[in-house]
Amino acid sequence: MAPIEQKIGDASNSDERIKQVGFLTHMMRRPELGAVAGLILVVTFFFLTADRSMFSLSGVMTILAPASQLGILAIAAALLMIGGEFDLSIGSMVAFAGLIFGAALTNFGQPLWISIIITMLLAAVMGAVNGQIVIRTRLPSFIVTLAFLFILRGLTLVGLKWATGGSTQLRGIGGVVGDGPLKRLFSGVAFQDLFSWLAAHDLIEKFDNGVPKVTGVPVSVVWFVAIAALGTWVLLRTRIGNWVFAAGGDPNAARNSGVPVDRVKTGLFALTACAAALVAIITVLDAGSTDARRGFQKEFEAIIAAVIGGCLLTGGYGSAIGAFFGAIIFGLVSIGLTYTKFDSDWFQVFLGSMLLLAVLFNNFIRRKVTGER
Amino acid sequence: MTDSHSETAPPVIEVKNIVKHYGSVIALSGVSMKVSQGEVLCLLGDNGAGKSTLIKTLSGVVRPSGGDFLVEGKPVAFTSPRDALDAGIATVYQDPAMIPLMSITRNFFMGREPVKGIPPFRRVDFKYCSEVTHEEMHKIGIDIHDPNQAVGTLSGGERQCVAIARAVYFGAKVLILDEPTSALGVAQTSMVLKYIHQVQQKGLGVIFITHNVRHAFAVGNRFTVLNRGKTLGTFDKSEISLEELQNLMAGGKELQVISHELGGTI
Repeated sequence: MAPIEQKIGDASNSDERIKQVGFLTHMMRRPELGAVAGLILVVTFFFLTADRSMFSLSGVMTILAPASQLGILAIAAALLMIGGEFDLSIGSMVAFAGLIFGAALTNFGQPLWISIIITMLLAAVMGAVNGQIVIRTRLPSFIVTLAFLFILRGLTLVGLKWATGGSTQLRGIGGVVGDGPLKRLFSGVAFQDLFSWLAAHDLIEKFDNGVPKVTGVPVSVVWFVAIAALGTWVLLRTRIGNWVFAAGGDPNAARNSGVPVDRVKTGLFALTACAAALVAIITVLDAGSTDARRGFQKEFEAIIAAVIGGCLLTGGYGSAIGAFFGAIIFGLVSIGLTYTKFDSDWFQVFLGSMLLLAVLFNNFIRRKVTGER
Repeated sequence: MTDSHSETAPPVIEVKNIVKHYGSVIALSGVSMKVSQGEVLCLLGDNGAGKSTLIKTLSGVVRPSGGDFLVEGKPVAFTSPRDALDAGIATVYQDPAMIPLMSITRNFFMGREPVKGIPPFRRVDFKYCSEVTHEEMHKIGIDIHDPNQAVGTLSGGERQCVAIARAVYFGAKVLILDEPTSALGVAQTSMVLKYIHQVQQKGLGVIFITHNVRHAFAVGNRFTVLNRGKTLGTFDKSEISLEELQNLMAGGKELQVISHELGGTI
């Protein structure tokens, strides 16, 4: 007994092996580091190989418009992944929400604001159903949402045929939606006045009649930036953010500490579905029609963007701002190749390699963070 | 070690003839024990002795089928772990509720984050959290430079200590430690044992569950031995030796028989 007590007395608690945390290590702890590095790499690549017009204002907008639509999905997907779950039904949800939105406007003749509310509510309910099935059955979300990938896509096809009398495309949405402040929130470009002013002062390119070549920032880009900022703030600064990390990191430990894990996860599924509905509303209003292929394979692209942005596939780690950069990288690569001499079909090779690199890098970072050896 | 609790104050936790049935299985058939402030009670017993069921009862996970359960002299009936926590009974399990990828600060305040600001701008006061975490870690003697480092960088013993510190910080009166040392090496174990001693000095009651009689003897004031759902006895440290305790815990006779069968390797 005596030697044990002596040992207790002697045990030194300061650990000389823990080094002072340097700036570099501090940076390494940020999940979005990989995405920022990737972005610099990709931009450098295109700067060296691509036509200069890619980096003009209109070139940047051409890249940002699709990147922003994907980005809205990717940020939601990233939050869900950090919370420890997947949603493979995002892409199908875009099509399904598009159908609901289009049918509410045309077939049921509802005003825009009611159609938006109906679409959002229904998407949230579908997302929550996804989440509840995952939680109650304890099946992997991969399988449950894979089922919904097909169910929602199929429902969209059937629904479109019913709504249009046999076609898979629902047209004439632009006609029933008048112009108004609400529409401008979801469609067209923002900051027109600013761009006109800039053009008037010769700060940006303009046509001979004085109209700027780029009339404004697409609203989807504004949504994208706003959602990225909000997502980052929620994740890093709020209670719910801490709960998302906890739910994904170790649901049992989180539950034992009083975190309402099931509610957090259900909420994240609903949020992801709402992000899909937002993208549906934006794209449907822009195109004035909706069809069965809308959002096709967006679930994979969103997950890829989230992973490039630093999310771990196992949950509990990642960032919203990382997904933001991930989506921009995706947009850069998918559109940027057309500005180079390379065949743009290299895109998928490029993308797959990026994904693989990102996953390897993320695993390396995770080991660094947790001090695993 | 001195018994610092006064004789007049009621024990923080006292159970009398607690019974728990799972269908036809009798997990506890009349267990009695008590723990006072500033006292480490070691709960010893072999597998199947009823230690886990007793802990689950004390921490509100299961409800006893019969018997008395008193907290500070008043009878209680917990319906959830939250009730036990509110009554000041905190349980730290062998695998502490810590998430390796999250920072120490985020782990420390997980589920109990202090918030500031008005909704919808309500946010966690991370500056305060980090200060508190740093301070609490300093008190234990874990020298961290940055409370924002991931819990994964801490050793198993340090994680146990953080989990205990968290329970103490959030106002626990009694700590139930469920085999906190069973997965740890020697240095790590001594670190945890030292911290248990420190917690006891603060005046908290500690229920220390372990398989290891040596660990129990190092910090315990009293020892309650369970066997087959019953209390075999409670002993003050002055009343019993390490060897006697070891034999009692293993059910003496049985161990000898097994030892004989294995050719004397135990």
